[in-house]
Amino acid sequence: MEATQPAVRLRNISKSFGQVQANTDVSLDINRGEVLALLGENGSGKTTLMNMLSGIYFPDSGTIEIDGKPVVIGSPKDAFDYGIGMIHQHFKLVNVFTATENIVLGLKEAGKLDLDAAAQKVKQICDLYGFDVDPYQKVYDMSVSQKQTVEIVKLLYRGAEILILDEPTAVLTPQETDKLFAVLRNMRDDGKAVIIITHKLNEVKDISDRVVVLRKGAYVGELVTAEATTQEMTNMMVGHQVTLNIDRPDPEMKYRMERISVKNLTVKNREGITKLDDVSFSIFTGEILGIAGISGSGQKELLEAIAGLQPVENGSIEYHVDDVTTEQLIGMDPLKIAGMGVVLSFVPEDRLGMGLVGSMDITDNMMLRSFRNGPLPFTDRSEPRHLAELVVDELGVNTPGIATPVRRLSGGNVQKVLVGREIAAAPTVLLSAYAVRGLDVNSSYVIYDLLNRQKGNGVAVVYVGEDLDVLLELCDRILVLCGGKVSGIVDGRTTTKNEVGLMMTRLGGGEMA
Amino acid sequence: MIHIVKRKEMPLTHALAIRFGIIGLALIACGIVTTLTTGLSPIDVYGTMVSGAFGTMRKTWILLQETAILLCVSLALVPAFRMKFWNLGGEGQILIGAFASAACMITLGGSLPGPALILAMLLASLFAGGVWALIPAFFKARWNTNETLFTLMMNYVATQLVAYFVIVWEVPKGSGNIGIINQSSEAGWLPTLMHNKYLLIVLVAVALTAAMYVYLNYGKQGYEIAVVGESPNTARYVGIKVNRVIMRTLVISGALCGLVGFLLVSGSAHTLTTSLAGGRGFTAVMVAWLAKFNPIIMVGSSMLLEFMSSGAGEISTIYGLNHSFGDILTGIILFFIIGTEFFITYKVVFSKKGAERDV
Amino acid sequence: MFDFLVSFIPRAVVQGVPLLYGSTGEIVTEKSGNLNLGIPGVMYVGGICGVIGSFLYERSLSDPSQMNAALGILIPLLSCLAGSLLMGLLYCFLTVTLRANQNVTGLAMTTFGVGVGNFFGGSLIKLTGADVPSIALSATSNLYRTRLPFAGDLGWFGQVFLSYGFLAYAAIIIAILASYMLNHTRIGLQLRAVGEDPATADAAGINITRYKFMATCAGCMIAGLGGLYYVMDYANGVWSNDAFGDRGWLAIALVIFTIWRPNVSIGASILFGGLYILYLFIPTGKDLAVKELYKMLPYVVTIVVLVFSSLRNKRENQPPESLGLPYFREER
Repeated sequence: MEATQPAVRLRNISKSFGQVQANTDVSLDINRGEVLALLGENGSGKTTLMNMLSGIYFPDSGTIEIDGKPVVIGSPKDAFDYGIGMIHQHFKLVNVFTATENIVLGLKEAGKLDLDAAAQKVKQICDLYGFDVDPYQKVYDMSVSQKQTVEIVKLLYRGAEILILDEPTAVLTPQETDKLFAVLRNMRDDGKAVIIITHKLNEVKDISDRVVVLRKGAYVGELVTAEATTQEMTNMMVGHQVTLNIDRPDPEMKYRMERISVKNLTVKNREGITKLDDVSFSIFTGEILGIAGISGSGQKELLEAIAGLQPVENGSIEYHVDDVTTEQLIGMDPLKIAGMGVVLSFVPEDRLGMGLVGSMDITDNMMLRSFRNGPLPFTDRSEPRHLAELVVDELGVNTPGIATPVRRLSGGNVQKVLVGREIAAAPTVLLSAYAVRGLDVNSSYVIYDLLNRQKGNGVAVVYVGEDLDVLLELCDRILVLCGGKVSGIVDGRTTTKNEVGLMMTRLGGGEMA
Repeated sequence: MIHIVKRKEMPLTHALAIRFGIIGLALIACGIVTTLTTGLSPIDVYGTMVSGAFGTMRKTWILLQETAILLCVSLALVPAFRMKFWNLGGEGQILIGAFASAACMITLGGSLPGPALILAMLLASLFAGGVWALIPAFFKARWNTNETLFTLMMNYVATQLVAYFVIVWEVPKGSGNIGIINQSSEAGWLPTLMHNKYLLIVLVAVALTAAMYVYLNYGKQGYEIAVVGESPNTARYVGIKVNRVIMRTLVISGALCGLVGFLLVSGSAHTLTTSLAGGRGFTAVMVAWLAKFNPIIMVGSSMLLEFMSSGAGEISTIYGLNHSFGDILTGIILFFIIGTEFFITYKVVFSKKGAERDV
Repeated sequence: MFDFLVSFIPRAVVQGVPLLYGSTGEIVTEKSGNLNLGIPGVMYVGGICGVIGSFLYERSLSDPSQMNAALGILIPLLSCLAGSLLMGLLYCFLTVTLRANQNVTGLAMTTFGVGVGNFFGGSLIKLTGADVPSIALSATSNLYRTRLPFAGDLGWFGQVFLSYGFLAYAAIIIAILASYMLNHTRIGLQLRAVGEDPATADAAGINITRYKFMATCAGCMIAGLGGLYYVMDYANGVWSNDAFGDRGWLAIALVIFTIWRPNVSIGASILFGGLYILYLFIPTGKDLAVKELYKMLPYVVTIVVLVFSSLRNKRENQPPESLGLPYFREER
């Protein structure tokens, strides 16, 4: 089949959300029989652009042509009718439905709803591609990769011709990624148009035929993957030559001491599923301890257990005040921990859902940790206001003023407010989860720099990350979690990405016996 | 094709202008409805409404008193709402507070000196209202039991409880009414200030408005309430005991509703009936919401609703219509205001694509 | 005991029918993610619209007892459905199109609906200049109360199962149909998806707005029939203000009690109907006050169920996940 004209032609697409310009004047073509990588940093407008193609958003201006005909995609239904299917980063699945119910949802098939017949058809598709899906399993019982499989089967069931995948590998193990890529190649060879949204260069090299780069919502250029170098793509993506190296000062060994020792920690979540299983390790002063692992391997529970936010089944978490005095953190809540004189700062993963209050302004958010100060039953806003000005000033928070609700700030600025507040407390332990997720390059480096400065001050820093490159360049030691267990602790200076990657998927990282 | 997008930011003056405009529109709509159902000219209708509300000194004072009582209920509910706890149980909490006051008047009326009796009534009402709200709050805090429905059901439990005691205490037996309590001794009746029996309740409302405004905006507890309401996880993260804040806030909310029950029994009605709360527990929800949970603006919204209801009452009386007419007009105004918020938050964009689509 | 049941069950059933209409309507509504607290108001409007339709029709005839049976049934029925539909459209316009808060809109609708019911109920005679002392639509009511001719000959069986007007059976049929629709049809699947996870349903090409409108309006019309049944059948065509009372709220309580299952609501409504009038059957002697305490029972039972279902916390027994939340596709 010879593709004479592009399957999709986007011309001069623009879209804004309130004050945020998400896409400016983007034009690009998508061809049949090729895998197109849409490359860009987080926040570069890749997802928004594709959401307009799949009918979730509607462009403010610009035109879309499918097979040469101008079309209006006003809803996901329109997109389906044009054969466009998208797998979102956050899966679009109804939790209390079974796989089959989700797959047939929204389909206009003739006749009566026959879920058993549909389940048969699902099974056939699964057998064809080698997927492993129980058609009757409820989505809330599924793992992330199972959910993703359901999403893909859903598109295949509908016979989509143009498939868009939004960062499909973010939640997958390397092995699962390979499997996925194999399927995508099959689809390409079938003559389908496949678009993969990603910010990972190795994946671009691995799977795509052509790569289109977006930056700050605008089209920067495109390359034929086979002819492009990683450096070229990086340059297009970030816009200027950046030092990929992150500073890593050596820890000050003279005053090094064990700050926190975690022993045999076991944690179950509310559904009774074991999230941490017999975890033991130490955190030292003046170092950054990285924590690596596939998302959901117990990172969240580990940090929350240390911060006093997570009930613990078993084990101990000891905080060493000095060489002689030791405090037990288990059974403590954040208030009691602070009451013991332990200054433990925590930058949680869900910034607006846990670390900050979105509808409050910067001043009131600065007050979250300190509002109890003072003998009166009234809050004193003069200190927090001062702190807010300081943080905005020193970290370069881009905001109209300190009276702006933090929800209106961009991701990077929200993170600066949060990290700024947590560091202002002069902590002895700083826990951070996905501290640079969704941040632009410059903001990320501001955060790395802040963490390194804390390390230099003798703070015990914990950095939970998802980007192995960053973990390997920033951290002194890396603890790898696999399914709630410690898979190993490695030296950040000597280990390799491959080693950590293997440990993430298999305890100890050894070859399969 | 029509598309709806969030507004960038509307200047406050602009937003206020829209709100006042819509109230004007709502009043016109009410006039039309009144004209259609009664055949009166709209001018007469408004004239009647204004004279019904402000026609005489006494009417004005009654309006002020009713506004004050409704405002107090709204103030009582607002801490819960700021915490995103939908306390629809104001009705029952008022009633149970009123019941506690009446119980004190009846059982202790002869034995306690006046001021001590009033103090006992006040405390009993605060306590009863607080307990009535604490029950659903406890279950909400512990097991996340749906508070909207729980508080709603508690209203009817309170109503039946009061109905039981109304029969137990009825005077004379078989009448089904308690009648005016302590009519001769006036024991447990709130004193009149400066020969004005309405003034005290109005002053209570003024004081409560100021206190609630300060409590919510400058108090540590008010700050905790806001954090819990916006993000329970953030609250836990900074060591706020969410369960305790929920229960404490609802005790305050319920106790203040109980206070209203006390004011009704001791200050104006001097009796106990199952309909004493008169739907204020529900109306107050709308008062608070219309004012975006701001105590100062609530003064205006409660005044508006009371004006409508007294004005409609006047129309009903003069033209021999049913008094429920007021509810219809109140409903219409509410629908208008509820609908307006959309145009303040969003704007509607008419895209030119619509024409091309048909090609 | 048997005699007691034979006299008690039919009374529980007639009490339960309005609740069944109300709860079925509210379940269908809530499955679309709309928590309509305006249902009590809708039921009043449904009732009064039926009354108005019937009143005007009866007055247009010289001898109401000779009325056309089909028209006598259809006119109140259609007026009731039309009135309830308007309430549903109003609720949807405010909460879906204009994204207003559902709780506040619902309460305003209840204020408005109860007001409309009581206003027209109280002023209809004056407004139309009729020369009757009170609204008593006995001719229409007789049509609505028509029983199967042979029901009286079947002893206890007839009394327990066949002694009701057609709207009572319709309520049960509607509940069964609603149950089937929700669980075994494409529309039901898509409706449930809308209430659980509108973003997902939207991405699947389901028109959220249409589903919410359809479910809520259908729900209001079903609930409105409860009001009609109450006036025309239970109350013998006599409208008295506030007589319908708090049954609308009990219907909302039933939604929880049945964990969003209309078929379960058939039995549960009768049970609640029984609890509602249990005080009449419990011998209290001269102590009238105690009867008031018995009237508390349905509410207490609902509270207990509410607490228990929150304790058990089973995934399938939870409210629709997006219940009470407005949906806006471009929200971010």
